[in-house]
Amino acid sequence: MKPFHGKTLSWQLRDGVIELLLDRAPCNEIGSDTLGELEQFVMALSAPQTDAQALIISSARPEGFCAGADLRELYRESQRLPANIRTPQLRSFVERTHRVMNFLDAAPLTTIAAVHGVTFGGGFELALTCDLIIADKMARFCFPELRLGLIPGFGGIPRLKRDLGNAIVRDLLLTGRSINTTKAQAIGLVSQIVREGHALHIARLTAAQLNKFDRQTAIAAKKFIKPIPSDELRHEIDVFCELFARPAVEASLRKFVESNDALPYLP
Amino acid sequence: MPTLESTTSEVLDLAAAHFRVPREQLRPDDDFFKKLGISSLEALDLLTHLEHHFHIELPDYELQGVSDFRTLAERIQSRL
Repeated sequence: MKPFHGKTLSWQLRDGVIELLLDRAPCNEIGSDTLGELEQFVMALSAPQTDAQALIISSARPEGFCAGADLRELYRESQRLPANIRTPQLRSFVERTHRVMNFLDAAPLTTIAAVHGVTFGGGFELALTCDLIIADKMARFCFPELRLGLIPGFGGIPRLKRDLGNAIVRDLLLTGRSINTTKAQAIGLVSQIVREGHALHIARLTAAQLNKFDRQTAIAAKKFIKPIPSDELRHEIDVFCELFARPAVEASLRKFVESNDALPYLP
Repeated sequence: MPTLESTTSEVLDLAAAHFRVPREQLRPDDDFFKKLGISSLEALDLLTHLEHHFHIELPDYELQGVSDFRTLAERIQSRL
């Protein structure tokens, strides 16, 4: 796999492991540029000659792994477009994101999210596509979408429900609270908690262990234990787009965009 | 069971150390956003440190409208 350095992310093959590094200020918000480059990554990963057995996704941003969808771009675009094509445009963006997330979820590799700091919304959903989450002790996880009048739109609810069950989804989704790594490990979300700044290092050690196993066996094991909740994922897109079309969401997004704080994450 | 005074003092110690502010400059009634000059992201960082230090979960919605150290300590005290 050839290395790539884009505007929002880069990837390289290192010691038989693919490392995808998110790097877009301020905190890897997923907008059209990031999505376009994630689509390129997925295409490169789909190539039959990919010889790696593990993938690590991490962030170069000090603020955290990923703060979710780029709400500023989403708001700007929705304002720019005539009302009758806003929802189809949004649906197209969300469907493209789902294709990327679904590919990563089922990728024929063992995938590790090495997270730190803010792992919110779409960033949490990206981490949830991975087979393992290794977290810096200062990481926090959150679905803040209800604060905007939305639900998570990148597949987070069905994946968290699949992995941990409905009760924890309701807790995080309906309160919008963020949880630390101790709680995240206690509920089974995080597999390892590591010292501040050491998530990528520990993810590399874990990937080296994964590389010792027979690849076909690892793929079969993953396929057996990790079904893709396709019906729920499709339903999530419908609900998200339906909610997004309401004027209340536009007002919430405007408030968020007009906030003076660079990272207005607290409620 | 720690007292509110001792919890408040621990919160001030931790905030001073983490944000490298002289401890003697911090008072229980200070607005921590202004006194520490922190953003909401850094407030989340402080919350994480407090949760680890006191071995508690403190949902961030409980901090809505809280900006002084004493009230923050009261919220923590309720979970000790």
